[in-house]
Amino acid sequence: MSSTRAYPAYSRPLWQRWLFTRETAVIALLLAVWFYSVNNVQFFDGPLTITYLLLDMTPILLIALPMTLIIVTGEIDLSVASVVGLSSVLVGVLHEAGWSIPAAGLLALVVGLLCGALNGFLVAYVGLPSLAVTIGTLALYRGLAVGLLGTKAVTDFPEKWTDRATEKIGETPYPQVIVLVAVLAVVFAFLLHFTAFGRGIYDIGLNTEAARFTGVDVQRTKLVLFMLAGVVSALAGIYYTLRFGSARGDNATGLELRVIAAVLLGGVSIFGGRGRLHGVIAGVLLIGVLAAALRLEGQTVNVINIIIGLLLVVSVVSTSVLDWVMKTTAARRNTRGSSPTDAPAGVATQGRH
Amino acid sequence: MKLFSKRTTAVASLVLASAMMLTACGGDDASGSGGGDGGDIRVTFLPKNLGNPYFDTSDAGGKAAVEEFGGTFEEVGPQEASPDAQVEYINTAAQQQVSALVVSANDPKAICDALNEARDAGTNVVTFDSDTEADCRDVFVNQASAEGIAKVQVDMIADQIGDAGEIAILSASANATNQNAWIETMKKELAASHPNIKLVDTVYGDDDDQTSFDKTAALLQSHPNLKGIISPTTVGIAAAARYLSDSDKQGKVALTGLGTPNQMREYVKNGTVTEFALWNPEDLGYLAAWTAKALVDGDIKGDEGDTFKAGKLGEYTVGADGEVLLGDPFKFNKDNIDDFDF
Repeated sequence: MSSTRAYPAYSRPLWQRWLFTRETAVIALLLAVWFYSVNNVQFFDGPLTITYLLLDMTPILLIALPMTLIIVTGEIDLSVASVVGLSSVLVGVLHEAGWSIPAAGLLALVVGLLCGALNGFLVAYVGLPSLAVTIGTLALYRGLAVGLLGTKAVTDFPEKWTDRATEKIGETPYPQVIVLVAVLAVVFAFLLHFTAFGRGIYDIGLNTEAARFTGVDVQRTKLVLFMLAGVVSALAGIYYTLRFGSARGDNATGLELRVIAAVLLGGVSIFGGRGRLHGVIAGVLLIGVLAAALRLEGQTVNVINIIIGLLLVVSVVSTSVLDWVMKTTAARRNTRGSSPTDAPAGVATQGRH
Repeated sequence: MKLFSKRTTAVASLVLASAMMLTACGGDDASGSGGGDGGDIRVTFLPKNLGNPYFDTSDAGGKAAVEEFGGTFEEVGPQEASPDAQVEYINTAAQQQVSALVVSANDPKAICDALNEARDAGTNVVTFDSDTEADCRDVFVNQASAEGIAKVQVDMIADQIGDAGEIAILSASANATNQNAWIETMKKELAASHPNIKLVDTVYGDDDDQTSFDKTAALLQSHPNLKGIISPTTVGIAAAARYLSDSDKQGKVALTGLGTPNQMREYVKNGTVTEFALWNPEDLGYLAAWTAKALVDGDIKGDEGDTFKAGKLGEYTVGADGEVLLGDPFKFNKDNIDDFDF
C-alpha cells in the first residue's frame, strides 16, 4: 500500500487494458498451440482429441475453480487430491455395502465438505499456515482413504453410472460432464468477480489487515473457501471413480500439483491478490492441449513434464523479472520527482478487483 | 510502464512456447513415420511403466518381432504404474488408429472402457504380463499359468529353508492382477503340500526400488524368526537381495521369487540368493507382438483353438478365455545364470 506502488494501466484505454493482460496471453498461447497442433500434429484433428482432452482435464478444471479463490487470498490447499482419493474410496466402499451411487456420492460430498471445513478451521480460526495444515491433511486424508479400502480396488460399479461419466452430448464430441464444469465455472466466476464476497477475497490477498479493517470477515471467507475446495474435490473424486470405474486408495495421487501448476500458469499470483478465473481455465486447457499434442507426437512423459515445467517456470519468472524491472525504473523516476502515471493507493486497491 | 511489462510477458511467453513446440516436434520425422504407409502394421507397446528393466526386455522382444514382420514399433508408457496414467496412452493410441496395442494392465477394470473405445476405433488389443477382464481385450499372452508360477516359487523356498519355518511375501502393487493371483495360489499350495511352512506377512513395495528396500528391512525387524522371503516381482527381489547382501541376515534368510539374471547375478554369485525363477520376458514380448500381427492379419480372432505362427518360437494355440500360454517358468542358479543376458 506504499505510494511507490504504481498502477499505470488506468491511464490506458479500456480495450488495451483488456488485451494486454496475463490472461489474454495465456488464451492466445492456448489458441496458438491448438492451431499449431491441428495443422502439424498427426491425428490431433480427430474427433476423439477434444473428447479425451475434456474427460482428462475435468477433475483438474473442477478443483482449479476453488483453488483459484484460495490462492487469491494468499493461502493454498495441498490436500485436494487426497480428498479426491477419500471420496473415491467412500463411493467404492459404500457401493460395496449396497448403497446406491447417488446416496454414496452424497455422503462423499458431505465428507469432502467436512475435510475442507477442518482445513478451513485450522487455517482461519486457529491461525495456522495453510501450507503446513494442508500438508498434514494431505497425508491424513490419503491415509484414511487407503486405510478404508485397504490395498484392493472396488471396480464393479453399475454400467449405467460409469457410462454416464463418459457419455457425450448427442452426436458432438463433447462429454456431458463438461456441462457440470461450465455451470460451476460460471458460479465461481460470478462469486469471485461480481460479488462483495469475491472483492473480499482479493482484499485478503492484497492485505489481510486492511481487509479486516474495511469490514471483510477474513476468517469466515477463508473457512468458506476451504469448504468449497473440499466439496468440489469430493465431486471430482466421484467423477474420477465413475470415469475409470475403479475406486482405489491411491486414485489421483499428485493431482494437487497439476491443479496448482495450472492455476499459476493461468496468471494467479502465488502471493495472492491477483488472478482471474478465465485465465485459470485457459491455463488448465493449455497444459492439457500441450500434453495431448506431445503424446500424439510420441513424446515420453518425461519430455512432457519437462516442457510443462519449463513453461510454468518461465511464465512465473518472466512476470517477476519484469515486475522487478518496472519497479526499479519507476523508483528511479520517483526519486527524480516525476511520476505522472502513479495512481493513489486507494484507487489501486480497487483496481485489482 | 506496467502495461509494457504485461505486453512483453505475453509476447515473450508466446515466442518461448512456440520455440518449445517446434523443438518438441523436431522428433516428428523419427516417431511419426508410420502414419501414411498403407498396409503397414503399427504396434504400440504400453508397459505398466517405463524405466522398468523387465518391460525394457519384453519390449525389446516385441520390437524384434515387429521388425521381423516389417511393421512399425512404438513404446509408450507412464512414469508411475497407475491405471489413470495408462488410460491417457490408450486414448492416444486410439486417436493414432494404431493397428495393435500391446498392454500390461495396471488395473484389470479401470482401463477397460478406454481399451474398448480403442477397439471400437479399429485397434486390436493384446494384453501381456498382467491381464484385464476378458471382455476388454482380444488375446492375453500369459507368461505362465498361475499354478506353474506359484508352484515353482513355493518349491524353491521349501527346498531352500528345509520345508519348515516362517516365510513372507514381498509383492508389487496391491492391485496387480498377476501378483494377487500368484499369492492366492501360493497360499493354497503351501497349505496343501507344505504344512510346516507358515506365511506370516505379505507386504507391498509398489515395484519401487526404495519402497521395496524399506519394506524388506521392516519385514526382517518385525519377524525375527523369518527364514525366507518370496518376492514375485523383479524390482522387489533385487531390492530385497540388495538389503540382505549388506545385512547380517545374508545366507540366513533365504530369498527367492521372480527376478532377471542381470539384476540378480551379483547376489547369486555372493551367496545371497540360491535360486530364482522367471520366464523369458523377451520371448513374452516377442510372442505378444506376433499375436498382435496374427490378430491384425485376421489369422486369429482370439477364439479357443485358433492357431498361429510366432516366428522363431513356433506355433501357438489360443486357449480358453482367449489366452495364449508362453510356457513353463525357468529356474536360474549359479550354474546357468551366465548363459543369460537380460
